[in-house]
Amino acid sequence: MSADQLVATRTPVSVKRPWRPPERGHLRRSDFRWGIAFIVPYAAVLFAFIVYPFGYALWMASKPSLYADLIADPHYLLTVVNTLLFVGLGVNVKMFLALLLSGFFLRRRWWIRALLAVYVLPWLIAAAQACISFHWMLQQEGLVDGLLSALLGIDGPIWFNNRWLGVGANIVAYIWKWMPFWTVIFLAARMTIPRDIYDSAEVDGAIGVRRFVHITFPLLANLYLVCTLLSTLWTLGDFTTVFIVSGGGPGGYSNVLATLGFHYAFDTARPALGVAAVMSALPVLIPIVIVLMRRFHASEVRL
Amino acid sequence: MSMALAFPQQAARRTRYRLRRVVIEAGSAILGVVLLIWSLLPVYNMFLIALDPEEGEIEFDGNLWPPEPSLQGFRDVVTQQARYLEDFWHQFGNSLFIGLLAMVLTVVIGSLASFAVSRLRLSKGPLLTNIALLTYTIPASFLIVPYYRIMHAYGLSDSLWGVIAAQVAFAFPFAILILHLYASLIPLELDDAARVDGASPLHVYLRIYLPLMVPALAVVSIYALLLAWNDYLYQAVLLTLRNMTVSMTQGQLFADVDAEWNAMMAAAIIYVLPPIALLFALRRYVAASVTMVSARV
Repeated sequence: MSADQLVATRTPVSVKRPWRPPERGHLRRSDFRWGIAFIVPYAAVLFAFIVYPFGYALWMASKPSLYADLIADPHYLLTVVNTLLFVGLGVNVKMFLALLLSGFFLRRRWWIRALLAVYVLPWLIAAAQACISFHWMLQQEGLVDGLLSALLGIDGPIWFNNRWLGVGANIVAYIWKWMPFWTVIFLAARMTIPRDIYDSAEVDGAIGVRRFVHITFPLLANLYLVCTLLSTLWTLGDFTTVFIVSGGGPGGYSNVLATLGFHYAFDTARPALGVAAVMSALPVLIPIVIVLMRRFHASEVRL
Repeated sequence: MSMALAFPQQAARRTRYRLRRVVIEAGSAILGVVLLIWSLLPVYNMFLIALDPEEGEIEFDGNLWPPEPSLQGFRDVVTQQARYLEDFWHQFGNSLFIGLLAMVLTVVIGSLASFAVSRLRLSKGPLLTNIALLTYTIPASFLIVPYYRIMHAYGLSDSLWGVIAAQVAFAFPFAILILHLYASLIPLELDDAARVDGASPLHVYLRIYLPLMVPALAVVSIYALLLAWNDYLYQAVLLTLRNMTVSMTQGQLFADVDAEWNAMMAAAIIYVLPPIALLFALRRYVAASVTMVSARV
């Protein structure tokens, strides 16, 4: 085959306009079609299983009289206080401890690495099963009471007979389950902080607590904020922990919004009231989502 | 000794330094023990109950290890002898079906959408992450009542597919965020080079995007599997006796005052294993991508 022939066979290809990277928003029609085809499954699931149920929920909860009923129910106000405690303590204690512990797990010791593997176990254990174990630990004659009397010689309280002990047990179980996840996130972020920043800080005398306050925390602040907001959203929606650990007991006094909504809808057969109960959290949820969006776009610009 | 006399200041500094090291080491050892007990106490309780030969025993009798540990609970589960657990492997299969399909669908649909926006440069691209984040306005548990009704309309009541759809929809936001952040680390010039050479978008997706995104896809898989594996509410409300899953049985046993609790805890321990195995298999990818993504936020 001669060179001429080779060129001849190739010409038809080069006649076609060569592909060029598009400006954003000026795609070629075929690329645009591909893009739409790739997005359709996502959009379909999103519409059928988020947007429509959400709209349905708004419609169910749209009657103002429902909110009058909620306010009139003393359990609702109790539940709002419990939810604020559960979310406020559950999120902040967990995130702050996770941030501190990530520093501990950064140490290069074989036993600390081994400990990390044990420490992430709660995150991998399915929520319902872990919560059942928590519930049984706190039963009368359970493991916690047994240990209390064996080690300290005191009789443990009846945990689920007291509103605050019930709420506290829920919070501790929630922190136990989710702290490892956030610790790993912070640990990963700390690993990316260059060593020389610390070295030069040490020359300037920043060690120990001062190093954490002036170097580590400012570098992780944005991540810490984003994670705290995400965790707030997830914690507000947590159902399993409260439903199983305290079961809302005693008598519904340790419920949070998610379990109260479930109780209204399925135990007292007032689904609209249940939806209204959870929808009353929207004024808190929406600002958090707006702040999150801004944060994500701020970090995108920086990229 | 003579050194210490000769340079008293230096010696004092050295002692102080040594003291500091001892305090730090002792402190980390104590913290380590505390963390070990904290992490393992509920797990230990599970084993304590599962290994107890007596069926209805959840009390702690002061023995740190059951005096006569027995695998009877596990045997009852595996051979499907225990009450409520006659169909354990069928229930386990249902759980696995939900978990694996939710995982695969989240990865496939999420990565396609994320690819279209971040790599094909569709206009209004940032809209996707915003919509994903908007989904978070409404936590999954808050939508259970409308879901219960809507599934009837869709003909998905008492269907595993209904649960899968819910899990996929609620796994999307986090999946999209992770994929989006990770994709921003891969230079677009790679795609462009392939396109100039005549590759179609589908080719770029399969040959360039997917192989390079493996660490992020591993994280999304684990996340989606754990989300479905952790779910109790949707399975309990949307499914009935015909389609029992392990989580539902656990709830049922939990409500029974007279159940075989050693078998139940043994079932719980078996149920806990698959996600641990998956994380162990994917640990390298997960470590890599968690590090990269958290550095980007």
